[in-house]
Amino acid sequence: MQYICLIYSAADTGPAPGTPEFGPYMQAYQEFTTLLKEKGALVAGDALQPATTATTVTRENGSIETTDGPFAETKEQLGGYYLIECDSLDEAIEYAAKIPTAAHGRIEVRPIMTFD
Amino acid sequence: MLPPFKIEQAINQIVREEWGRILAALVAGIGDLQLAEDVLQDALEQALTTWQKQGLPKSPSAWLITTARRRAIDKFRRDSRFAKLQPELTYLVELESQVDDTDEEMIIPDKRLELIFTCCHPALEEKSRIALTLRTLGGLSTEEIARAFLDKPKTMAQRLSRAKNKIALAGIPFKLPDDAHLQQRLSTVLSVIYFIFNEGYTASSGKQIVREDLAEEAIRLARIVHSLMPMQTEVAGLLALMLLHDSRRQTRMDHRGNMIPLAEQNRSKWSKAKIAEGTHLLKTTLVKQQVGSYQIQAAISAIHAESSDWESTDWRQISAFYELLYSLQPSAVVRVNQSIAVSYAHSIEEALTLLAIVENEDAMLNYQPLYAARADLNQRLGRHEEAIADLLRAIELSENSAQAEFLQRKLEAFQA
Repeated sequence: MQYICLIYSAADTGPAPGTPEFGPYMQAYQEFTTLLKEKGALVAGDALQPATTATTVTRENGSIETTDGPFAETKEQLGGYYLIECDSLDEAIEYAAKIPTAAHGRIEVRPIMTFD
Repeated sequence: MLPPFKIEQAINQIVREEWGRILAALVAGIGDLQLAEDVLQDALEQALTTWQKQGLPKSPSAWLITTARRRAIDKFRRDSRFAKLQPELTYLVELESQVDDTDEEMIIPDKRLELIFTCCHPALEEKSRIALTLRTLGGLSTEEIARAFLDKPKTMAQRLSRAKNKIALAGIPFKLPDDAHLQQRLSTVLSVIYFIFNEGYTASSGKQIVREDLAEEAIRLARIVHSLMPMQTEVAGLLALMLLHDSRRQTRMDHRGNMIPLAEQNRSKWSKAKIAEGTHLLKTTLVKQQVGSYQIQAAISAIHAESSDWESTDWRQISAFYELLYSLQPSAVVRVNQSIAVSYAHSIEEALTLLAIVENEDAMLNYQPLYAARADLNQRLGRHEEAIADLLRAIELSENSAQAEFLQRKLEAFQA
């Protein structure tokens, strides 16, 4: 099964660039990505530009409506994702817990829908 | 000649005793909880007509599971939605061709442990874990579970179907957790069982204080887990704890439904069989020296069970057990319970000091037992105003009316 791990955190939490904690934090991400690759679990994974760069799009009566920013007005913003291949939810949870941001943010694990 | 009996009765009894085991074996073969439940339900309906005509088969459980598996094979073959379950189909057909209808062990491998771990998976909502466990392991109907939680049957049906849907779609595995996660997952299973017991023992809302069927169900579930995991000391501890609590069932209420506190219960009416079983189980478990919070609570309950009256209770030992419990589980709730033991073992002042340390914690603000305990201590010290204030607050915070009425009577007796 495939699962997407959506990585959420609030803007002012976690190690910030320029601080001594930031280097090890990035290093941890690299190591985690390597682990996924070695286990053959990595399908895809990316970090996203900050939510301030987001545009929300809807279509109404044929006209395109755009608004600045993400849809949800929650403090926590989507910062990145991993798409992984696992045997079960237990395995997916195990990986999700290893994502460095899980220590200060939260990871939403969702199974990918398959059409057959 | 056998006495005449009703097929419906026989079926009800099988559902009661064998549902969990049959369902678990079916899920293991089919891999889908909802489908397993559906085909088992179909098999039960078929049993009603077939057994009426042909009499009860030699092994009704084996008959049910074989019939249910055939139904599943039919469904797999006819329904394209199950196309992806091809490996399961192959497995089922294989099973079908191999087994001898009378060999129960072979037809019904015991997969109840896998089932309970699946139903109590932490990725499910807590209430759903409880409902699902009662439905799948206990064989309780949706209506019965709804009644136990004072929910509408429709709401409960939706909750159950949402949970089963999540198990299937999110890939919650039907297997035991690996060693690294076993203890944590087991504690979730045990808390589900203990919740069911407490819901039966002191209904958290409503008039009735004991809903016996739920307490019995919890004990039955603990027996199943204990028989399958005899080396896990906390499973035995929980079973002992529930047996010891339950030994007082007949004495906890008077005939009008009024609550009777431990101090005033008629101890000669406590169930000696349950006390004997609970204490024996506890003794054989404690020697394994893997102590946990259920074992300690059972030990406290055992001291009460073995005391001839409230006054001669070994409060020092109870207080010491609470201290041990606090070291494992440092919560204000433990201190509140400990305070009563301390008041008898040492002094009321010491008990109040213990409460003073925790009473300002946020979690204690609306914690009814704190006010009930403090009212008792203040009353015994002759601090009338404080005792009345605490009693009023405790009454206000009572979640069931039996509890509130008990405190109300205490208040009235006190003011008179």
